[in-house]
Amino acid sequence: MLTIPRKIVDAMIEHAHQCAPQEACGVLSGTDGRVQSIYPMTNADASSEHFSLVPREQFDVARKIRDEGLVMLAVYHSHPATPARPSPEDIRLGVAPGIVHVIVSLADADQPVVRAFLIEDGQAAETPVRIAKDNGAQL
Amino acid sequence: MEITVNGDAVTLDGPLTIARLLVEQKVKMPDMVSVEHNGKILDRAEFETQQVQSGDTVEFLYFMGGGA
Repeated sequence: MLTIPRKIVDAMIEHAHQCAPQEACGVLSGTDGRVQSIYPMTNADASSEHFSLVPREQFDVARKIRDEGLVMLAVYHSHPATPARPSPEDIRLGVAPGIVHVIVSLADADQPVVRAFLIEDGQAAETPVRIAKDNGAQL
Repeated sequence: MEITVNGDAVTLDGPLTIARLLVEQKVKMPDMVSVEHNGKILDRAEFETQQVQSGDTVEFLYFMGGGA
C-alpha cells in the first residue's frame, strides 16, 4: 500500500501534462509507505517513450530526502499515450530494490489514471494506492 | 578505515576500489548503479580503479528509468 496525499497526486498529474507529449518523471519520499514530498525531475531522455533520471539530480534529491529524515519510496513517470501499466522496459529497468513505480497515464487526458507497482526480479506486482487528505504534504 | 556510504558511517578494511565497495555493500547489479565519490560522479569504467580512502564519502544510487 502506498498512501499519497491528494495534493501530490494532483502535482504528478500536472507535471505529466506539462511534459506531454514527453514523459515526466520524479521521485516521492516519505516514511512507512506514506508519501510526504514530491520531487519533479528532468527526463534525461526527453522522450515520449522513455525516461531516465539525471544522475546529478538524483544524488542531490537523495541527499535532500535524507536531510529531511525521509526515505525514497517511489519513482513516478508518465505514460503520455499508453495505459498505466508497466511496459517491458519499465520491468527490465526496474532494478532499484524496494522502490515503488508509480505510473501516471494520460491515455485519456481528461481522466488521468495513477497506479503503482513493485518491480522485482523481472516481475511487476500492483501496489494499492490510497489517496489521502493533504495533511503534511510538501510540494 | 571509516568512510561514509549513503550518509552512513561504515568501517571497512581498506583501502579498496569502488567495485569492491559495491560488492561489500551487497549491490546485486553494479552495472545499474551510479556512484558519486567525494562529490564527483564516476564513469562506470572507473569503478575498478578508483580507490576509496579513509574519510571519503561515497554515494550510490540505482539507475531509474523505463519506457511507455
